[in-house]
Amino acid sequence: MSATRWIGKSVARVEDGRLLTGRGTFIDDHPPVANLWHAAIVRSPHAHARIRGWDASAALAMEGVVGVITGSDVAKACKPFGVGVTAPIHYYPAATDKVRFVGEPVAVVVARDRYLAEDAAEAVAVDYEPLPVVVDPERALEPGAPVLHEAVGSNLAGHRRLVYGDPDRAFADADVVVRERFRFPKYGSTPIETYGVIARWDGLDGVLTIWSNFMGPFIMHPLVARVLGLPENRLRFIVPPDIGGSFGIKSSIYPYLALIGLTAMKLGVPIKWIEDRREHLLASSSGTDRIAWREVAAKKDGTILGMRFKWYDNVGGYIRSPEPGCSFRPTGNFVGPYRFQNLEVDASVVMTNKSLTGPNRGYACGHLYFETERMMDLLADRVGIDPVEVRRKNLIGAESFPYRTPTGGLYDSGDYQATFDKALQAAGYEALRRQQAEARAAGRYFGIGLALAVDPSVSNMGYVATALDPQFRAKPEYLPKSGAVDSATVKIDPLGRVIAILGTTPQGQGHQTIVSQIIADELGIEPRDVTVVDEMDTFTRVWSISSGTYSSRFGSVGTSATALAARKLKAKLVAYAAHLMGVTPGEVEFRDGGVHLVKGKGVPYSIKDLAGRAHWNTESLPEGMEPALSATAVFGFTVAKAVDAEDRVNSSNTYGFIAEVMAVEVDPDTAAITIVKYVTVHDAGTIINPMIVEGQIYGGALHGLGGALYEELAYDDDGQLLTGTFMDYLVPTASEAPDIEIEHVVSPSPLTTLGSKGLGESSSMTVPAVIANAVSDALRPLGIGITELPMTPSRLHALIAAARGKTRS
Amino acid sequence: MKPARFEYHAAESVEHAVELLTRYGGDAKVLAGGQSLVPMLNFRLARPAALVDVNRIPPLAFIREDNGTVAFGAMTRQRTIEFSPVVARRLPLLREATRWVGHLPIRSRGTIGGSIAHADPSAEYPAVLTALDGEVVVQGPRGRRTVRPAALFETYLTTSLAPDDLLVEVRLPAMPAGAGYAFEEFARRHGDFAIVGIAAMVAREGGRCAAARLAAAGAGPVPVRLRSAEEILERDGLGEAALEAAAARAAELVQPDSDIHASAEYRRHLTRVLTLRALKRALGVTKS
Repeated sequence: MSATRWIGKSVARVEDGRLLTGRGTFIDDHPPVANLWHAAIVRSPHAHARIRGWDASAALAMEGVVGVITGSDVAKACKPFGVGVTAPIHYYPAATDKVRFVGEPVAVVVARDRYLAEDAAEAVAVDYEPLPVVVDPERALEPGAPVLHEAVGSNLAGHRRLVYGDPDRAFADADVVVRERFRFPKYGSTPIETYGVIARWDGLDGVLTIWSNFMGPFIMHPLVARVLGLPENRLRFIVPPDIGGSFGIKSSIYPYLALIGLTAMKLGVPIKWIEDRREHLLASSSGTDRIAWREVAAKKDGTILGMRFKWYDNVGGYIRSPEPGCSFRPTGNFVGPYRFQNLEVDASVVMTNKSLTGPNRGYACGHLYFETERMMDLLADRVGIDPVEVRRKNLIGAESFPYRTPTGGLYDSGDYQATFDKALQAAGYEALRRQQAEARAAGRYFGIGLALAVDPSVSNMGYVATALDPQFRAKPEYLPKSGAVDSATVKIDPLGRVIAILGTTPQGQGHQTIVSQIIADELGIEPRDVTVVDEMDTFTRVWSISSGTYSSRFGSVGTSATALAARKLKAKLVAYAAHLMGVTPGEVEFRDGGVHLVKGKGVPYSIKDLAGRAHWNTESLPEGMEPALSATAVFGFTVAKAVDAEDRVNSSNTYGFIAEVMAVEVDPDTAAITIVKYVTVHDAGTIINPMIVEGQIYGGALHGLGGALYEELAYDDDGQLLTGTFMDYLVPTASEAPDIEIEHVVSPSPLTTLGSKGLGESSSMTVPAVIANAVSDALRPLGIGITELPMTPSRLHALIAAARGKTRS
Repeated sequence: MKPARFEYHAAESVEHAVELLTRYGGDAKVLAGGQSLVPMLNFRLARPAALVDVNRIPPLAFIREDNGTVAFGAMTRQRTIEFSPVVARRLPLLREATRWVGHLPIRSRGTIGGSIAHADPSAEYPAVLTALDGEVVVQGPRGRRTVRPAALFETYLTTSLAPDDLLVEVRLPAMPAGAGYAFEEFARRHGDFAIVGIAAMVAREGGRCAAARLAAAGAGPVPVRLRSAEEILERDGLGEAALEAAAARAAELVQPDSDIHASAEYRRHLTRVLTLRALKRALGVTKS
């Protein structure tokens, strides 16, 4: 094992030079083929309508227009996408019979440039018969509600009741039961780069090549191939080296890969489509809006006996894979950091006339922890103990790791008490409470919030099957699913420099920097001697179903694959050098960038020396050794198993931990919230680059703040989007960023090669909880508890005005 | 988000601009800083046959102090106003309001004439124009005239200017020496249009209020001059009770609407809260 000279250092990002000087290569920088034509997508202005017909003749007659594809062509040429539930929901790349949300694609117009394409898109006539609309998930399940999919017969896409332990017994035995209803808003990520797709059909080879900023999971590759009726080895996905952010959202680009791919096949020209911001807000992807009913059963000392979750998750007009991950993605960590064993989850996945949903940073964990951590405060209040104590009392102990949760999760490592203590200490919790007492005495509204969260990373795709009934899964024709895999290839050129090739699709995470640090340490070289290539190409890269850069997997899967590939290559260098020295491999060791005799003095062989000899003179290799200096490693977690008959599944592979403390002051007259203090402590195992980790935490926290205070894809009762521009869909900017104090605890993962865990989603999943708790604590004298996000000033004012009205009367 | 086809004309003079506007008979738009118009073009919410670009008419950008009035060429950038010594000295209320206008890149392009002619009732400059009861100079095919704010703003994004009128100048009366002033605003984020903004100026003579000027942004379809609230101060002085009464009156004078960002009730409430804060700050009563 080499010394870690580079791992743990804030090595400057090798990506930043090109990104900051405008030299990145994004999808819109791409003209990979000549004579590109440009697409504009015709979208539905109705939230719910039957399509009586299309008339593209006026558009086709316009100057510069090469062709139009309508939903009718899609119906003829495509199969529907596979969905994650058994209900008969037919989801196509464009609407074929009805539109079910505003912004749903109904046709594609291709012209010489985007301006002409948009002119012609306006000329495509679609004959709509408007239908009644429903946008609220609760109303969508009422009898008499408009039904989106007649074949389903209701708006329920799926329902599961999951029972772990004996929740009925827990509630029967409880001294106290606390109940609350919550609403979590629909919001996305608004990456600075929108979706982009370029498609070329090569009719002679029968190959469809699609360049796009798709980031995985690559399960979508076979899915798209099936929709288009192509063999998988005739469908090529290529991802440019730079993607301008995703945060999960770009995994949902795949319907457009099929739509633009089909258009290129039909029209026989290469086509480019870049989503504009209006389209992005209207119809890309978001998390679900959820109505949740929560119940906690506890002893009077605050010990939790069990919980009940009931959810209505609103997935919009169709259910698009990997939904219903909105309900089941966190299955293994449903209980969060707490010890209780009895849980009932009643999850309904509901379709309404809103845009479609999918993974969004923290995938469903922002919802989960908002509810759970609010409940912890309500429980503390009910039993009359401090919110710190009620959490301490229920935390999983440090001695319990690895810890198997009742829902099947395997928490690999951690010390939750120590991490929580560190957060309390860093925030000066006791002093904040004194500050609060003084503020309250002066009639001011000052509050302190806490939030604890298990931070799951590297989804095990097996969790998706939790949506299916165990009886269904027990059928012999059902094929179980599991896995979390990434690959890396490391090769040494004849002059001793290293190239590493990844199958990842970074969106700003700094994979090139991280990989160069790891390889530098493994091979005893400098990071600058490593060139990292991460342009994904399904024809040339080693990949599998669960490949891709999503679910915070690079920090553990990609890094493990990289280290293992480097070690394989190192073993080869050792064997080769031993052969050259005429000793056994056990008599030499790899250190300081070369192979040395363990005992005695001999001339060491440097990597450069070995590389030159191995490449230029294969005769010098020992018998049986493969020529060339390269090694590929594919790392897969062995703890990623399929869901069992009791609905238990280890839905992630590593589990970090987050403890946060926030203090706020609320101005009761304007309802403005000021963040006075915000401390966040993370345990993500071994940290490879602290600067990159901090960047992820800042970004995650701001993202969570967006959902908590600013961002909502809001609809009116007619299903029209009310927040379709950045004037109305408010994203927090640098001006809204609070000071963030970051601390770390390090509990290395025993499951990864370097002990690292994922951290890309981080505080996005805790900030909605911590700020809702802080604001509720601030407004406690008025009897206000936050149950709904975002806490817009107007909403908060209504609560304050109502409470003050009550206190006065 | 590509605009529909339009013709583009770079006007060489005010007369040329008016001639072009006349030629299109109401189907042309004036391009000033473009901070509102260009997004509207890209959304195809505005589909003019032509744009008349007035950025290349040099005489339209100036700040001149003359006889107790500060005159601004319509194309004076907000960023210029922010750092103008004349504005700092004679119209500190306008300088403070400018800091609430968008972000630096917006202020670098945005103009005082464009902001006023666009007539967004949540914008800061229309409120300052209204509070100080300035005027705009308009050139049309039949010559120049001046228009007072009460006659200028008709409703959301709508003024009384004719399609072939060009707003060429904004005139604001210089504030009395030593007058207190404040621009209070509440927006959901820094740089957003106001949910409610209050422009306030108070000139005192001893304990007496010689003149009070108040206007609200964001509290209805046009910026609202809060004259009868001003009168309370001019009549009853500047004691706590008078300030409270003026703020309460202000809230009665506005007719706000509800939208995605705020209810009408909240806007009315904020009008009272921010009027009181603006007056107190204008008087230097509150400690910062």
